[in-house]
Parts: sequence; structure tokens; C-alpha cells
Amino acid sequence: MSDFFTLALLSATLRMATPLIFAAMGGLISERSGIVNIALEGMMLTGAFFSVAGTYCTGNPWLGLLIGVFASGGAGAIHAFWCITLRANQIVAGTAVNLIAAGLTAFLIQLIWGKAGGTDSVERLPNIGFGGGLNVLIPIALLLVPIVHVALFRTRQGLHILAAGEHPQAAESVGINVTRNRYIAVILSGVLAGLGGAFPSIGDLSYFTLDMTAGRGFIALAAVIFGGWTPFGAFGATLLFGSAEAIQIQAQATSNFPISSDLLVALPYLLTLIAITGLVRSSPAPDGLGKHATAH
Amino acid sequence: MTARPGSALVNVAGSVLAVLGALAIGAIVIRIAGHNPWEAYRALAEGALGTRRGRAETLVYAAPLILGGLSFGIAARAGLFNIGIEGQLVMGGFTAGLIGSFDMGLPQTLHLPVAMLCAALAGGVWGLIPGVLKAATGAHEVITTIMLNYLAFRLITYLIQKQSGWLPVDPQVQGTDRVLDSARLPILLDRTRLHFGVLVAILAALVLWYVLFKTTFGFRVRTVGLSRGAASYGGIHWGRTIAVSMAIAGLLAGLAGAGETLGLHGRHSASLPGLGFTAIAVGLVGRNHPIGIIFSGILFGMLSAGAPAMQSQSDVSKEIVLVLQGLVILAVAAFEAVNRLPFFRKLMTPANPSVQDRSTSSGVGPGVESAPKPPAL
Repeated sequence: MSDFFTLALLSATLRMATPLIFAAMGGLISERSGIVNIALEGMMLTGAFFSVAGTYCTGNPWLGLLIGVFASGGAGAIHAFWCITLRANQIVAGTAVNLIAAGLTAFLIQLIWGKAGGTDSVERLPNIGFGGGLNVLIPIALLLVPIVHVALFRTRQGLHILAAGEHPQAAESVGINVTRNRYIAVILSGVLAGLGGAFPSIGDLSYFTLDMTAGRGFIALAAVIFGGWTPFGAFGATLLFGSAEAIQIQAQATSNFPISSDLLVALPYLLTLIAITGLVRSSPAPDGLGKHATAH
Repeated sequence: MTARPGSALVNVAGSVLAVLGALAIGAIVIRIAGHNPWEAYRALAEGALGTRRGRAETLVYAAPLILGGLSFGIAARAGLFNIGIEGQLVMGGFTAGLIGSFDMGLPQTLHLPVAMLCAALAGGVWGLIPGVLKAATGAHEVITTIMLNYLAFRLITYLIQKQSGWLPVDPQVQGTDRVLDSARLPILLDRTRLHFGVLVAILAALVLWYVLFKTTFGFRVRTVGLSRGAASYGGIHWGRTIAVSMAIAGLLAGLAGAGETLGLHGRHSASLPGLGFTAIAVGLVGRNHPIGIIFSGILFGMLSAGAPAMQSQSDVSKEIVLVLQGLVILAVAAFEAVNRLPFFRKLMTPANPSVQDRSTSSGVGPGVESAPKPPAL
């Protein structure tokens, strides 16, 4: 039991948390701007697939990553267009983005590689430091948290996004362009979720498989809520959820581990369920979440 | 939502246009992929409708989609967004598998109804939880149902893996034991997979239509969905109404799962089949109207049933169907947006300004945004 909690577990936690950190930061920015984002899952999947496809076409994983986040940013733009310009129901739009991402990635695997289920191996992003065991995206994810914190709460652009989410009418009345700020936030959330999707596909592994993100977009959304809509809160939640996953993987390899691993991976969902019922007081949701700027 | 006179036609036209629009964009995608969209769609239609077996398969796929669509529909009528169809469905399917494979020495006239009932109850409980949480604490149902989807899946996986001995489960196949013959839904059409589930689905739609539009309870549900404030003013208990609506939604999804287990597969396998998300599209295209949902359920059943034929005959990957489903949802939402434009509203609904006002805030899910307290999402 004592060698159970080792450096290996710590690094596994980081590996499991990294995609969640990227996606949660993206989800946080979108929700803080007032746009509900259940499309995180589809955006992650889009990023995961197109970074592999991009690497396959260009031969360079960095270019592949660029293509991946461009595609997931595009998914964000679609979500934004439907939510902001067309004023569609934000849950409906998110559901559609998720379905299209799942279908399109499966369709394109067949088209490009001529087989179902998964792609061929491509070159992956390099590892750095710590005995060469740490993928380059991991420190980027860790750096992203304070960056998002400062950008949201200390810059003009960030405060405009917060204002758009907190009280769209008031923001509009003092000359803040709510539409523009929300577009920026939702497209940015697509880009960040795409980075989160790229981590498993060209960071940790080197290929894409069907439904590779397997609900991580929803866990990231849960982390945003569990973390009380703040960057550091959401970061803490991703570490907690990531460690649950890491322990589960370790537990499967360890005989007579006391807790069922299936129940461990259920922990994020259970905790979020409890958190959202208000039994654990966290800061409330942005006031203008799901609301439009003008009565139309 | 369909209560305003003359709007039924607009709704049907909207759904038809949305489907045609999605097919058109899908055709462009197929074209870009280097295939002939006309050939692909013809193969799809022939696969779904051209043969006796194809027609049967269409209804096989339609059965859970109709029930799932009804589940989405009643929640939407009450102003709630049921993303939890998937979880409610697998809870029903798993329960049906447990009861159905448990030998109690019952005859089929008893074993089958008991299994169906227990499945519906399991789904109903899984729907009641988010309903009660929303009524009691305001917890937004979108988040709670997403969490409950995964909790259902993990709980089932856990129960199957645990092998406690008294549960009829088989970890080897990651599922329940095979359902006994006494609990199987009978086959409706010889030499096909078509079982009685589709009749259950259509019956459920008719019952739900009656409940929604001909009973006091249905009136309460629709009033709560249109305006929580007006409902409270009229003495309707908001919390109780949405909790019961969500329980019924879960019940319907549980029945869908029961049909899959007792009619189609003969056991429940631990997975998230994704039917719950297609069911959302079915509900939206059916305009949350039980009769509309029957038709849109059959339409989506055709897409699923025809997809393998399309893949084998025209080499277009069958996953394009998922893309089409997503595009249909986007098209329905876009049509709603056009419908909301001032000149279009004036054109379509010349009278009754108060009804027009309401439609501005409602988006596709009726009344979702009209709840007074902003959702803690």
C-alpha cells in the first residue's frame, strides 16, 4: 500500500488532468461570457482528430496541433453563431455540435485511412525534462491556469467578457460589445478544448480512436461547476478528478485494492451532483448565463 | 407551443425544411468526400424501405427513438431539458435484463409485464432524481442529468464486475445473463428482428398525447412549461409538476431500454449506446408533440436502418448519419431563429401579441429560458 502513492501516481494524475485542465479553462471562459458550453466534448473530439489528421498530412506534430485547434476553434465558431447570432437554445446547439463531431471524425477516419475505429500512428509532440517523461503539453496546461486567471480578472478584454456574462444589458449600456466578446470567448473555448483533445491523441499517444475523449468534455464542464467558475477552483477540481482516474488505473493493476475502481471513476460525477445542489456552497454561476443582451 | 392556431402547419413545414436542409448539407459533405450523394441517398432509402427486412429494421430502430423522443418531449413541455435519456434508458435496460433473466417460475403473461414495469420504474427513478433536485434546490437539470448518465453507466459496470453472486450478471460478456423466453417481447414479423416494442412505443405516444392535451395534469405541465410565474399565479404547484414530468420522462426512457433488452438484444450490455442523444433530435424534429415524434422517430429509424446499405453499396461511411442528425438539430434551431424574425412573425401569426412575445424567449426547448431564476449551470 505504501508504494501505491508514488511518483508514478503523481505523473499519472497530471496526465489524466491535462486534457481536463485545457477543456475546463475553455469551458470557464465560455460560461463566464454567458454562453453555456456542453459542446466541450465535441470540441475536444474535433481537436483530437484533426491534430492527428494534420500531423499525418504535414508530417509535423506542431503543425498538426495548429490544424487541430483551428478545427476545434471552428466548432466553437459554429456553437457561437447558433447561440449568439441565431439565439438558438444553447443546449440544443451544443448537442448538435457534439453529434456532428462524433459523426464527422468517424466519417473522416474511414475516408482518410480507409478503415473504421482508429487512425494509423503519427509522430507525437516531444517530451521534455524529468527524465524525458513529461509531454510538452503538460507544463503548458499548468501555465495556462494563472494566465487565464490574470487574463480574465486583470485585463480589459477579460473584464469585458466577465461583464458580458454577468449582466449583458448593463454591459451593452456602457458600450461593451457583448456579441463580439461572447464570440471571442466561445471561439477561444473551442481552441482550448481542442488543445485538451490533442493531448491524448498526439501528446500522450500517437493516434486517434473512435470516441477517444469518452466524456472528458463533460467532466471538464463538471470541473468548472465544481470549481465554482474560477480558474484555480476549476484547476483543483481537474486535479481531483484526474487523480480519481489515475488511482483507478493503478488500482486495476494492484490486487486487493480496497475500493472498487468503477466506483472511483464515478466520483467526479457524484461530487458534481452534490456540489450543484448547493449542499456544498461554492460561488454562484454567472448571472447572465444563458441570457441575451437585448430583449429583441 | 403548438396550441396557437395555424402554427401546426408552420411546425411541420419547419421540420420538413430542416430535414431537407440537413440532407442538402450532408450531400455536399458526401460530394466533397468524392462520392455521389444521389447514389448514397438512394442506397440509404432502399436499404430502409426497399425490402421487407429493411422496413422491419426501420421500425426496430424507431421503437427506442420514439420512446426516447417522447421522454425528451414531455420534459420539454414542462420547460425542462432532459439530457438524461441515455442514463434513464440504460437503467431501464439493465433492470429489464436482471428481472428478465431471473427465473421466478412465472408464466410469460406475468414475467414480461413485471420486467417491463420494473424497467420503467428504474428509469422513472433516474428521471425523478433530477426533477426533485431541480424542484428542491434549483440545481439545473442539464448538469444533473449529464452526471446521472455517467453514474448510471458506472453503477451498472460496477454491479456487473462485482459478481456478488445473487445478481444474474455475467462479467465475461460485460452484461446481464440472457433473458428467459418468458420475459422476451414476442417477434411481430416472422424472420425479422421486429418485436412488439414498436407497438409499445406508438401506444405510449397516443397515451402521452391524451395525457398532455386532454387531462388536467397535462394542462398543468404545459402551463408550467410556458410560464412558471403564470402557473404559480394560477395555483399550480411548480415543483411537484416538474418532478412528476421528469419521472414520466424517465419512465418512457426506461421503457425504451426495456424494449432493447427484452425485444432486441436479449440481454443488457454495459455501454452507453448513444440513443439518448439521437432521441433529442427526434423530440426536436417532432416539435415535442407525441404524434410528431412518432413520425420523426420513424424518419430517424430509416436513417439508422438504411446506413449499412449505403455504406456497402456506395462506400459512404455509415457514420454520416450522425452528422445528418446533428445537422437536422442545427437546422431546426436555425428555422426557429428565422421564425422569430419580426417580419416573419407578423406574416405567420397576425393576432394575439402576447403569444408572440413568449415565443421570443423560448428558443427550441419551450420555456427553458423563461424560468425566472437563472439556471445554476
